[in-house]
Amino acid sequence: MTTPKSGPITGKWLDIGPVTQIEPGSARTLPVAGGEEIAVFRTMQSECYALINKCPHKQGPLSQGLVHGSVVTCPLHNWNISLKTGKALGDDEGCVPTIPMRVDAGRMLLLREAAIGGGIIAPADEVA
Amino acid sequence: MNAPASFDAQSGSGGERERLIVIGNGMAGCRAIEEVLERDPERYDIVIFGAEPRVNYNRIMLSPVLAGEKTFDEIVINGQDWYDKNTITLVSGDPVQKIDRDRKMVVSVSGHTEYYDRLLIATGSDPFIIPVPGNDLSGVVTFRDLDDVDKMLAAAEGGGNAVVIGGGLLGLEAAHGLSLRGMNVTVLHLMPTLMERQLDEAAGWLLKEELERRGQTIRIGADTQAILGKDGHVSGVQLKDGTEIEADIVVMAVGIRPSTGLASSAGLDTERGIMVDDHMVTSDPAIMAVGECVQHRGACYGLVAPLWDMCRALADHLTDQPSGYEGSVTSTKLKVSGIDLFSAGDFSGSDGSEDIVMRDASRGIYKRVVVQDNKLIGAVLYGDTADGNWYFDLLKKGEDISDIREALIFGQAFASGSTSLDPNSAVAAMSDDTEICGCNGVSKAKVVGTILGGATSLDAVRSSCKASASCGSCTGIVESLLVLTLGDDVEEGAKTMCKCTGFGHGDVRKLIVEKGLREIPQVMQELHWTTPEGCSSCRPALNYYLLCAYPGDYIDDQQSRFVNERMHANIQKDGTYSVVPRMWGGLTNPKELRAIADVVEKYDAPMVKVTGGQRLDIFGIKKDDLPAVWADLNAAGMVSGHAYGKSLRTVKTCVGSEWCRFGTQDSTGLGVKLEHMTWGSWMPHKFKIAVSGCPRNCAEATIKDFGIICVDSGYELQVGGNGGMKLRGTDLLCKVETEQQVMEHCAAFVQLYREEAYYLERTAPWIERVGLEYVQSKLFDDPDALGEYAQRFYYSQSFCQDDPWAKRADRERADLHSHIAELRPLALEPAQ
Ligand code: SRM
Ligand SMILES: Cc1cc2nc3c(=O)[nH]c(=O)nc-3n(C[C@H](O)[C@H](O)[C@H](O)COP(=O)(O)OP(=O)(O)OC[C@H]3O[C@@H](n4cnc5c(N)ncnc54)[C@H](O)[C@@H]3O)c2cc1C
Ligand code: SF4
Ligand code: FES
Repeated sequence: MTTPKSGPITGKWLDIGPVTQIEPGSARTLPVAGGEEIAVFRTMQSECYALINKCPHKQGPLSQGLVHGSVVTCPLHNWNISLKTGKALGDDEGCVPTIPMRVDAGRMLLLREAAIGGGIIAPADEVA
Repeated sequence: MNAPASFDAQSGSGGERERLIVIGNGMAGCRAIEEVLERDPERYDIVIFGAEPRVNYNRIMLSPVLAGEKTFDEIVINGQDWYDKNTITLVSGDPVQKIDRDRKMVVSVSGHTEYYDRLLIATGSDPFIIPVPGNDLSGVVTFRDLDDVDKMLAAAEGGGNAVVIGGGLLGLEAAHGLSLRGMNVTVLHLMPTLMERQLDEAAGWLLKEELERRGQTIRIGADTQAILGKDGHVSGVQLKDGTEIEADIVVMAVGIRPSTGLASSAGLDTERGIMVDDHMVTSDPAIMAVGECVQHRGACYGLVAPLWDMCRALADHLTDQPSGYEGSVTSTKLKVSGIDLFSAGDFSGSDGSEDIVMRDASRGIYKRVVVQDNKLIGAVLYGDTADGNWYFDLLKKGEDISDIREALIFGQAFASGSTSLDPNSAVAAMSDDTEICGCNGVSKAKVVGTILGGATSLDAVRSSCKASASCGSCTGIVESLLVLTLGDDVEEGAKTMCKCTGFGHGDVRKLIVEKGLREIPQVMQELHWTTPEGCSSCRPALNYYLLCAYPGDYIDDQQSRFVNERMHANIQKDGTYSVVPRMWGGLTNPKELRAIADVVEKYDAPMVKVTGGQRLDIFGIKKDDLPAVWADLNAAGMVSGHAYGKSLRTVKTCVGSEWCRFGTQDSTGLGVKLEHMTWGSWMPHKFKIAVSGCPRNCAEATIKDFGIICVDSGYELQVGGNGGMKLRGTDLLCKVETEQQVMEHCAAFVQLYREEAYYLERTAPWIERVGLEYVQSKLFDDPDALGEYAQRFYYSQSFCQDDPWAKRADRERADLHSHIAELRPLALEPAQ
């Protein structure tokens, strides 16, 4: 297992502030200069997930969707997207890149390279 | 030290045995030593440092100590005799403050120094203290060790008020103890659900109800702003919404952080916890770590069960028979007497997982298991936890449950019974006199008789013999009886609300009022919803039904609303919003037009359009600009047009008698009055009104939900029109003579529609379903009815006629409109 050399701000993890900034069951956005906007979700169970803020269907802003369990329903045409994997559920097909993140002492930390690199398309099993 | 020399030659400190130093005299540290001793009692010379001035005890039993159910002596795991017998040196009340890896030694606060060959760190966790003013006042305590319990007990002696911050496991156990000790307890919980990590909304709600019944005050969504003090001692807690709660003691139980300070200052790799491999070895091969302080394969744990596994792997490693630890699945129980609650695994639901839910409202039971790929992946039980261990076992073993799936939710006795696994067979086996429906006292024989007598659907059974017609908890059994009696001839019943319930909209509306159900989770529990939290169809419907049933009391559930109703604007295909301010009756003036023109320019709106509803729609506004746009429109006296809501939309008018040569009445003025009366109301679906000044009907009143055609002798009131997907002309409701009567009839009709239509049913299909005569009889048969409906509408309106835009323009819920932060990758690169 690789480990960071220093604290969250300059290291592998980017600190984007306290988790209390996001109302449970909703999301907020994080634009990336020269890159893709990120939507950071907080579920009713207080789990946090970060995804690129673009529905794989027609680029709907997922951050504005209804969150239920660990799924967000896109506000434009109601596709259901898994917050854990970014994959479209049910009969729909598509996948939105995710950004691994974790919460430490109430602060949200995004995996730096994924955040500025437009996320990664991968099963998010290892996302805390 | 007269033990035989161990075979290991490379001892560091000159002794014959290897020296094993343990930092942390807690649950994991001592358990690890027990395991080592069990494998090889002669191998190590052991010294244990403990920050607490006492022997090893069972930390989880501090809750029963606080509650007065146990004494400290009863929870000691290893007394002094254990240390003596095993020649372990205990240095207690003296925390280690430094690890010197080069010299392989540790130094305590008092200066006590020990050299090690192997070092074990088991420092546990530190309670997390929220960074608010006043958190260091005396009387602010955490809940981690015996000293904390003593402080709470001392405070409880004087009675008074306790505030517990944090409605998780620890917080609720603290609250329970303090409450049993005679304090008046308030629990503040930030999240909408108690113990949200372990419970879903349904179980969290049941728990909250029970704790409230026991006299605790539970405040959810409570965000602490500051802890208030007087003369250096805590006196209360202030919330962000301004509320102040008196407190003689404040217990902070918001979470724990692995205690990594010592390890990271010694240069060991740490992230959230001290990083260890499968043998519990840190980045220094001579140093191991176990317990809550470690991070293993990305996970940190806050429960004891994983620690036992870690200690086993560690002891195997320390005695050269490495086995390895692979991580743990955990389960939770709450140690509050009389509350049975169990949860395990993942129940956040997604990616093809499926919920099986069973509710029994009369016994306060809720059970839910989550299945994915034919395996059990999560379980939440409330009220009856007898099968908790069985589920947990299935979950840990990852067993294929496809064979017992149908019966899984009924528990082990049923699912592994030697008879058939078909739940129908259990019903078949019931004796004829078994009471099926407790509410209406209906036996099995009676239900079967009713079915044989011709009731071939659930609805028919309900209306013929009343079985399952009240609380619905026996619906499943009645359905089984239908299948058993009729086989394939069972008729599909009336359409249910959605897949979450066996009830249709009408029944749900009726039962909400009859049983006085006041919250969404309560409706779901009492009406035996088959899903844990409902779905995107039933949640908005229930939210509306409750809002309609309890105006002024019910707290709107924002999470049950579609984005447009949350944002108070219409989302567009590119993620921007359109903004439609109200233009009363289609009238406007230079000031409003100027304000709109200014907004279009100032915020670069790409388009402004006259809508089909006689007003202007501004397109392409970014969500961050919405509050500012609204502030500008508000300043010109304009409010939200609710173009986004299941609510009153527009009141279309024509010019009427004031200008038109054919006009018979002041249709414009009446339209404005009607819009002022009805705006802001929530409805089952959108609702449109129009007033035409004469039968030429320029305002298209005959395709509106409520239309008025002015004639010389008065007003024709038209209802149930629709110009949308399915064109329907209105029906004539009645004719009236005065404006005052128009207003009252309109209010009464709207209220009848609000109280009786199904969610997402516009007036046109509603009237098609119930018939015009029904509407007329409801409003006119009883001479008082009209006035009563109207009064109920006015009452409900008294709570919702404030402009939702004004609050947002005032920065309420600013979080909905702003970014959390912005990333500028270059600026954030670390300086070289
Ligand atoms: C803006 C407007 C079109 C226009 O440019 O004129 C419009 C725009 C939309 N209409 Fe409409 N309707 C507009 C007048 C109408 C009218 C005409 C009228 O009100 O006199 C009708 C037919 C009359 C009626 O409702 O009976 C109309 C029948 C519909 C329907 C079909 C309703 C039905 O019961 O069949 C929908 C779909 C729905 O509601 O489910 C719809 C849905 C929509 C939505 C909300 C589609 C959507 O979900 O995004 C559009 C939102 C656009 C936006 O972001 O602002 N719109 N829509 C009109 C806004 C009026 C206003 O000032 O509020
Ligand atoms: C009130 C309460 C109720 C709980 N209920 C449950 C439950 O029902 N079920 C469950 O599974 N878990 C429960 N837990 C959690 C459980 O107690 C912990 O998971 C467990 O105690 C962790 O063991 P540990 O050895 O890692 O840490 P601890 O038991 O905390 O031991 C760590 C010890 O190290 C000492 N220490 C720290 N730093 C130093 C230092 N520098 N030098 C020397 N010593 C140091 C600490 O003082 C402490 O005594 C409960 C916890 C509490 C507080
Ligand atoms: S008719 Fe209404 S819903 Fe259809 S495209 Fe036009 S505005 Fe949108
Ligand atoms: S853009 Fe998300 S569902 Fe169409």
